Amino acid sequence: MGHTITEKILMAHTDLQDISAGQLINARVDIALGNDITAPIAIKEFRQAGGKKVFDKDKVALVLDHFTPNKDINSAMQCKFVREFALEQNITHFYEGGKVGIEHALLPEAGIVLPGDLVIGADSHTCTYGGLGAFATGVGSTDLAAAMLTGELWFKVPPSMKFIISGSLQKWVFGKDLILHIIGLIGVDGALYKAMEFAGETISKLPMADRLAMANMAIEAGAKNGIFPPDEITREYVENRAKRPYTFYASDPDAEYSDVIEIDAGLIEPQVAFPHLPSNVKPISRAGNVKIDQSLIGSCTNGRIEDLRIAAEILKGRKAAAGVRLIVVPATPAIYRQALEEGLLETFLAAEAVISPPSCGACLGGHIGILAEGERAIATTNRNFVGRMGHPKSEVYLASPAICAASAVLGRIASPEELI
Amino acid sequence: MIYKGRVWKFGDNIDTDAIIPARYLNTSDPKELAAHCMEDADAEFVNKIKEGDIILGGENFGCGSSREHAPIAIKAAGISCVIAKSFARIFYRNAFNMGLPIFESAQLWEEVSAGEEISLDSVRGEITVAATKKTYTINPIPPFMERLIADGGLMKHIARR
Ligand code: SF4
Repeated sequence: MGHTITEKILMAHTDLQDISAGQLINARVDIALGNDITAPIAIKEFRQAGGKKVFDKDKVALVLDHFTPNKDINSAMQCKFVREFALEQNITHFYEGGKVGIEHALLPEAGIVLPGDLVIGADSHTCTYGGLGAFATGVGSTDLAAAMLTGELWFKVPPSMKFIISGSLQKWVFGKDLILHIIGLIGVDGALYKAMEFAGETISKLPMADRLAMANMAIEAGAKNGIFPPDEITREYVENRAKRPYTFYASDPDAEYSDVIEIDAGLIEPQVAFPHLPSNVKPISRAGNVKIDQSLIGSCTNGRIEDLRIAAEILKGRKAAAGVRLIVVPATPAIYRQALEEGLLETFLAAEAVISPPSCGACLGGHIGILAEGERAIATTNRNFVGRMGHPKSEVYLASPAICAASAVLGRIASPEELI
Repeated sequence: MIYKGRVWKFGDNIDTDAIIPARYLNTSDPKELAAHCMEDADAEFVNKIKEGDIILGGENFGCGSSREHAPIAIKAAGISCVIAKSFARIFYRNAFNMGLPIFESAQLWEEVSAGEEISLDSVRGEITVAATKKTYTINPIPPFMERLIADGGLMKHIARR
């Protein structure tokens, strides 16, 4: 029996000759990631277990992106705690201040995570790197501590679901819409404990930004990881970023899947996930008249340069509607600079947007854009649980940058077709 | 182990933002986290529970973020164990890794009401409802997970090896 790409990557990180779904394995980790929220607990656990040195200073990434720039004294203390550890351990991939970007945008951009890697992160959206053809999964702080100490971690080999996507995308339909549609189809636990493998002719043409956005939301269907077969698009993306060798893996034709789901992408309209679950999706044509107070364009899902270009295309020469707070968050300093050079920031300022520094801030209701009671936001982020962006009685709607930009201009959830 | 307490019942897809909202994640102090446990699902939760009480969730309990602050908050609030129809995978890992006992039972949720007194015997794999004496079996815990618990969590398990 052949193996899936997920099984092959896991197997390559063990000394086993064969593995199969359901098996418990110990596997070597290429990159272990923590942030200002999850790393403090991991560092405490690491020390409590008598840890003196991390297993490899080049294989640990510590990114202070959540409550930064420090939002209050407690946040500053957490960052200080992680910083002291990073300096003491001489961690190569330590990011803060003007170097920091949102972790899941930053790590692929900087070539820290590569195709064929096994990546664990104490952050659920670590699954983003599946866009590159890596096995990447979110774990807890104790897992991170164990990985920092031993360079290994326990995994249960997941069964894989295959999504075969064909057809050309309609105008204003992106990877974000595909993944929202899929989560709507299978539900927030539709891929629980499983790998979501994406394939098909639509996928083979899909730009890297869209692949990363789709893999990012695999966790929203409960999946352990999302994964794309690496190809020429992958090579083009990693070629000039990688500073170490990487491997392209592919599923065998006779690999076993728990489910195979075929999707005609040509039929999919822009999607909107209504409160309070990412699976609560409707096509934009059935969104109705939903007034909004805030539009957020950013996050590890959709804060890349491609996303900002789409938003700017729609916002050019227009302004956010009266009463709508438009917030744009370039996900990394490099994206920020690129947006500046391309004149996108000028467009956003003219549209009366607030441009935030790269930060998780508003996405998780941390700071820089909290919602009040009864307020509604449309966001390019990945979660719309109760209280996610602020007051427990506020609401979050999820959509692509195109929908969020058009909605900001019109003051209600709307398609760019109404403007362009 | 025997866990005994009143049942606090929640629905499907209780996410980690409901268990411990992100706005409180600027600390990892268990006491502070416990003060806000389940706040966005039931604002009065921590004032109503007694030491040893049990959370009963539906499908996909603990979905969402990877924050270990969620099982920490539940444990520090005095909840003795969590029973659910199913658990989201990172929450499942975290609970075993840091020593919050969790058990799966689909039927219990359908038949037990909030506030009922139950006891769970993890060795016999059985839950008994105090008032009716009706029993329910819990899904067996995989042997590796049992070893983790016996060793006192992942870090202690690693130290022993
Ligand atoms: S941008 Fe949002 S979803 Fe992404 S890592 Fe930050 S808080 Fe998490």
